[in-house]
Amino acid sequence: MAKLLAVTIVVIAIASAIPIVMHIWPLPQDISVNGHLIDEQYTDTMWEAGVSFLASQILLAYFIWKYSRPAPNATVKRFPGGAAALVIAAFVLVGTEALALGVFGAKAWGLAYFAPPGADAMPVQVQAGQFAFYFRYPGPDGKFGPLHANLISEANANFFGLDTTNDQDSKDDIVTAELAIPVNREIHLLMHSKDLGHSFYVPGLRVHQDFVPGLDLSIHFTATKIGRYEIVCTQLCGLGHYNMKAYLEVKSPEDFDAWLKQQAALQ
Amino acid sequence: MATVVHEPPKMDVDRLPSQGSGNGGWRNLVPASGGLRKVQDASPPPASTGIWVALASITMTFAAFTSALVVRQGGAPDWQHMTLPPILYLNTVVIIGSSFTLEIARRRIAAFMGGLHEHADKPLRWLYITLSLGLLFVAGQILAWRELVSQGLRFATNISYSFFYVLTIAHALHVSGGLGGLVRVISKFNNRTLKRSTLDATSRYWHFMGVLWVYLLVLLWMKL
Amino acid sequence: MHDMSAHAVHHGAPTSFIRKHIFSLDHKVIGKQYYALALVAVVVGMVLSWLMRLHLGFANFAIPGLHLLSKNGAPGDIMTPEYYLQLMTMHGTIMVFFVLTTAPFAAFGNFFLPIQTGAEDMPFPHFNMMSFWVTFTGFLFLVASFFVSDGPTLGGWTQYAPLSAVGAVSGPGQGTGVVLWAFSIAFFCVGQLFGSLNFITTTLDMRCKGMSLMRLPLSAWAWFITSIMGLTAFAVLMPAVILLILDHVAGTSFFVSSNLVINDQVLPHSGGSTLLWQHLFWFFGHPEVYIAIIPGMGIVSHILITNMRRPMLSHRVLIYSMGALAVLSYMVYGHHMFVSGMNPVSSLAFSFPTLVITIPSTIIVLIWLGSLYGSKLRINTASLFGLGFISMFISGGVSGFFLAQPSIDILLHATYFVVGHFHLVMAVAAIFGIFGGTYFWFPKMTGRMMNESLGKLHFWLTFVGAYLIFMPFHYLGIAGNVRRYQAFVDDYLIPLIPVHKFITVAALATGAVQLIFIYNLIYSRFWGAPAPDNPWQGTSLEWSTATPPPHNNFGDKMPVVYHDPYQYSVEGASSDFIMQTSPEPVHSADEEK
Repeated sequence: MAKLLAVTIVVIAIASAIPIVMHIWPLPQDISVNGHLIDEQYTDTMWEAGVSFLASQILLAYFIWKYSRPAPNATVKRFPGGAAALVIAAFVLVGTEALALGVFGAKAWGLAYFAPPGADAMPVQVQAGQFAFYFRYPGPDGKFGPLHANLISEANANFFGLDTTNDQDSKDDIVTAELAIPVNREIHLLMHSKDLGHSFYVPGLRVHQDFVPGLDLSIHFTATKIGRYEIVCTQLCGLGHYNMKAYLEVKSPEDFDAWLKQQAALQ
Repeated sequence: MATVVHEPPKMDVDRLPSQGSGNGGWRNLVPASGGLRKVQDASPPPASTGIWVALASITMTFAAFTSALVVRQGGAPDWQHMTLPPILYLNTVVIIGSSFTLEIARRRIAAFMGGLHEHADKPLRWLYITLSLGLLFVAGQILAWRELVSQGLRFATNISYSFFYVLTIAHALHVSGGLGGLVRVISKFNNRTLKRSTLDATSRYWHFMGVLWVYLLVLLWMKL
Repeated sequence: MHDMSAHAVHHGAPTSFIRKHIFSLDHKVIGKQYYALALVAVVVGMVLSWLMRLHLGFANFAIPGLHLLSKNGAPGDIMTPEYYLQLMTMHGTIMVFFVLTTAPFAAFGNFFLPIQTGAEDMPFPHFNMMSFWVTFTGFLFLVASFFVSDGPTLGGWTQYAPLSAVGAVSGPGQGTGVVLWAFSIAFFCVGQLFGSLNFITTTLDMRCKGMSLMRLPLSAWAWFITSIMGLTAFAVLMPAVILLILDHVAGTSFFVSSNLVINDQVLPHSGGSTLLWQHLFWFFGHPEVYIAIIPGMGIVSHILITNMRRPMLSHRVLIYSMGALAVLSYMVYGHHMFVSGMNPVSSLAFSFPTLVITIPSTIIVLIWLGSLYGSKLRINTASLFGLGFISMFISGGVSGFFLAQPSIDILLHATYFVVGHFHLVMAVAAIFGIFGGTYFWFPKMTGRMMNESLGKLHFWLTFVGAYLIFMPFHYLGIAGNVRRYQAFVDDYLIPLIPVHKFITVAALATGAVQLIFIYNLIYSRFWGAPAPDNPWQGTSLEWSTATPPPHNNFGDKMPVVYHDPYQYSVEGASSDFIMQTSPEPVHSADEEK
């Protein structure tokens, strides 16, 4: 029975690795400028974790195979080097691995979070609420008008709580239900929540950021591929959580300008 | 109320090694050869260890409240710093005083248990004084809450009041537990079943409640 | 917590049914009560997981009778989105608190910690009794929320504010449901604090003659370390849920910020901190996952040593590594919050100890593997589950490398990758520890042997089944499948539905297999072969007393300990094991080091 267990462990380990090696369910296609750094980090980690996984499982299986059912007169053998060797191995191998991953991984994180958005980044505001995202473009004046929580009204389609009669800056603001952006242009996304915790996740963009009620956050990214992608909420926000999503439309600059004009006309 | 204890209570066994479990036992005393050496065990009785463990846990709880207060006070503009009701300062004197009276009682009983005196000199009186001061403290806290409520300053009036009520009520509940402990000490003392470790643990808990109160007072009084 | 007297340790054996089996002061009865509670809870939790899986795999499948549980949640027996979330929340809460904490820690720890330390009982038996009954009350509160009008809370076991704090306006179950949940957790915290107090004091003060700390078995060490974690972690969760309850019922604003608008109404709260809840919760929450797994490590080490007929390569290194896990677990909690809006510098700062925590984990695994080398491994159900535990722990552990890095977490946060990771490393592994402990200690606890053939069948089907369920979760996560979704609407998740169907079938089958275990448990309890005192030829103190142990654990004669806990295959000894209580001299380089 021990040998069967050994074989089972090896079969499970190899079978588990096959879908990863064959890329049966790959990472979502990267459509961002900096995403490849995350993907490289992921691949490096997959190598290290995968080798650790297979090596440990196979070693476990081998020892189970070899040392079960000992002869009646068998004596217990001590692992060469004893515990000290294993402790040193753990510190050296895993310590190096962990340190390397930590140090190299910091670069991708830094580009996403420490590097400020470029001066020409296009500002767009996003508001998350149960169970929809709304987006706001500043319009020709380049300024967002102030928000008034008490004016928010789903019925009047005033999703942000804008006062377009009194606030000069709000008059030309463009509110949409989808996020259209020009390709290869950096976007500075200003995030706030209307009600509860939500999240902004676009797998292809390698962008993932929670909305924090009471806190204004921002992220920046550049999309490199024209197309239509999903924005999903990953922070449990209530009964409609699973259906809370919006679309990211990455357009050519000309298409984007036309779209924005069309949206402005609809306001 | 004054009681003179004429016979030694059954309590000195705490300091002696007992067979098997209960108060520790011998530790690490049996070498590989199997030979037994009998050495007096120095490990504390469970109540002494237990009280430190319990105090550590209470410390963690109030540390969590404190960090919540620091985050909340530092992070939001809506903090209206409250003026503490003056009766709290009187309560502070009461609870500190009760620590002194309990310590007097404890020392008298301890000296008697340690064989320094033939009988304990009126320790019960000091225990009752401590108990009264403890009750007075809780009553004083209730007065403070009533005073605030009568001014319309309730739980949700402002976050500073929320913290005030949470911290003082949590502390008062713990003090009430200490009052129960004091009652238990008095009853065991009267039954001649008081153990030194029970007395010491109860008094450590009581002193800790005093220290915790002073800490909370400073925390609530100062603006970070 | 004022009552510190130890006099009740010497309580006599009770005679009435109620004092003997219900309000018992005996740690062994309390341990069995915890086990029974965990068993009831795990059945509830598992049925909930079936319902969830059915829904995820076959969204429109009518589950017969589900409308009886909730008319609104399952009209026509078809689960609504919110009811899915409510069941999911209950599954997580029941499993994490009332199964993974109670069974390996409170149940086995209560029964065996005093015996393995050579104590007659815990030092504060009244607190111990309260510990169980308070925990049980917590369970009743949680279960009660199934039956209130809008059902249990849907906020997830992490119960993030402000969803959990603003009341019924945020969704079904967010009114009474959340309050019941929070009270349940508060009760649970109190229960575990009482328990931890007893565990720590037992280990420090109640050891028998000759039992130095280093002579304690690894299982006792694991419970000791876990109880220290419990003492600090639950002492932080309790104030957090108290503040949550106040936000909910008293209208305070600890966690709810200003100007939140729901249904076009501005909420009356102001200025609260959303992240404060997350910090408080995860300061408890990460140690909690080690509270669930460290007892399993201790139990499995104990089982494997007995069945390898040799001590671990190093007793001390294992103890120090478990201690290092405990200490580090408080420094890594921020890795749950990499993309939460926390300062991104903190994310890097939390990432480092998270990567470092893999070192003690690796040491533990390597010591297990190095000890298997050259051993005389006996295969029985307990050792099979022990070996399965190691395999599961490795599989679940390696995925931690990904989640420890903030940059990769951008991709994998809140996906099924996380679900696969924590189910393997903390849930399935811990449950393998519980199964192993059950097959190993059942004879001592009940006086009867469990059926080994059924046990092995149970192991094989569970081992393969658990991998079939939880490995595919990682693939879903890599493909970007977001967790806590009840349905996969028209989007990029559609191609993954076959994987979900596969997992559902595997989960239903593996769940059904657990009936073999329950049958074995009940059958063996009443009709199993009578167990000898030391069926596995073990050395630690639980095997030197009668089966089942008498009321004061050791009868008339308290044990005296002469050796390190695991004297197996000692050269020149009269048999292949020397019990801790045996005065036989041991001339070995390892002894008394």
